[in-house]
Amino acid sequence: MAEEFPQDLGYTAEHEWYRAADGAVGITAHAQAALGDVVYVELPAVGARVVAGTPCGTVESVKSVSEIYAPVSGVVVAVNAELAAAPELVNQDPYGRGFMLRLRAEGDPAPLLSAPEYRALVGGH
Amino acid sequence: MVPFAGWELPLQYGGILAEHRAVRQGVGLFDVSHMGRLAVGGPDAGRAVDRLCANDPRALGPGRALYTPLCAEDGGTVDDAILYCRRSGEDYLLIVNAANTAGDREWMEAELAALGLRAAVADQTRQTALLALQGPGAAALLRGLAGAAPAGLAPFACLEAVVAGAPCLVARTGYTGEDGFELACAAEAAPPLWDALLAAGAAPCGLGARDTLRLEAALPLYGHELSREISPLEARLQRFVHVQGRECSGAAALRRLAAEGPPRRLVGLLPEAPAIARAGAVVTGGDGRPLGTVTSGTHAPTLGRAVALALVERGAVRVGDRVAVDVRGRAAAAVVTPLPFYRRG
Repeated sequence: MAEEFPQDLGYTAEHEWYRAADGAVGITAHAQAALGDVVYVELPAVGARVVAGTPCGTVESVKSVSEIYAPVSGVVVAVNAELAAAPELVNQDPYGRGFMLRLRAEGDPAPLLSAPEYRALVGGH
Repeated sequence: MVPFAGWELPLQYGGILAEHRAVRQGVGLFDVSHMGRLAVGGPDAGRAVDRLCANDPRALGPGRALYTPLCAEDGGTVDDAILYCRRSGEDYLLIVNAANTAGDREWMEAELAALGLRAAVADQTRQTALLALQGPGAAALLRGLAGAAPAGLAPFACLEAVVAGAPCLVARTGYTGEDGFELACAAEAAPPLWDALLAAGAAPCGLGARDTLRLEAALPLYGHELSREISPLEARLQRFVHVQGRECSGAAALRRLAAEGPPRRLVGLLPEAPAIARAGAVVTGGDGRPLGTVTSGTHAPTLGRAVALALVERGAVRVGDRVAVDVRGRAAAAVVTPLPFYRRG
């Protein structure tokens, strides 16, 4: 994997990432490794409102299913249509082609972890 | 690595999907040393296994193995096992589920003591190891490391052979729905044997692929499709239960159950994408009436879709019927399908 903790992202304790530049949201390299092979991603509808810290979708692997928690509050402006046919993109490129959705953030900015803070949280090296 | 029945086991080496494919298309290698290996010996060993096994071991000669449920007096399942006959009437090996090893041994010793049989059960799990080499390429790989005799074993036959320098009991058995072999050897011989098998081209495979493979083949897993509350007759194992004219443990209850018809039976379900039904999910009929529960479910890599086994009221559904399965609070549609989901060849 190119980079495990990209510096330009904000992170949550539930292993989601958020890129303020384009509102993209996904799960981290740590999360995809823990989940194993992703076989299905359930995403919210475009136009849905999401609230920071509450579930907005699910990611299902062969052996388990996990909620995706919205890292910030806002409105869903796009979802990654590639994931329906290629859920493995989440494993292969979690910060790039494996992104899940894009939000237009609303309200107060959510307190996200920086890359070094998230790295410390997951004990990354 | 994940904890499993008191052992630390690898869930996967490189990814469940890739390992699953390796077994279906090539050859994979599993370390299943966690499974219990119980040796039954003594002057009454033959009578002992006849008492313990719901399948009939009397036809078992040296060099053969069979799959058998072990049943309690009420017909519930104590465990499911593979019984190997090494020397007729004297020397048997039972491979049992890891979590049940100690309990099985206690149960067996109690049964034998109650009948005054001169037979003893020895737990050989820690002194030995068990490796499973599975897939269409397994025979060719084994021939390269052990010669023609082990590679040419008939299904469920076993023999003693040297594999890559390690003395092994080799059996043509497995739990994946593919051709394959299980190799039992001394514990200290296992690491170099493992390395030799990988060097010869086997892909290392973990618990995750083991479960997706066996589920596609509709093979039961104790604790899911079998338990003290689930009889083998409910779990599609009728052909492994021979209780006419035999008095093994549970025989009377099993005969009664067979005559009356078991109250539940195992069926196959194909949940409609994208739902994946998992163990514990409630199955309901068209009228919303609960019919039973999913016992195992996953994404099946060979089929590219979800599959599930469910224990439902006998007579409640037929192949082709649509049912609903509760997936995280929502009713997902599923179709009843024949088993197994996958058959090789």
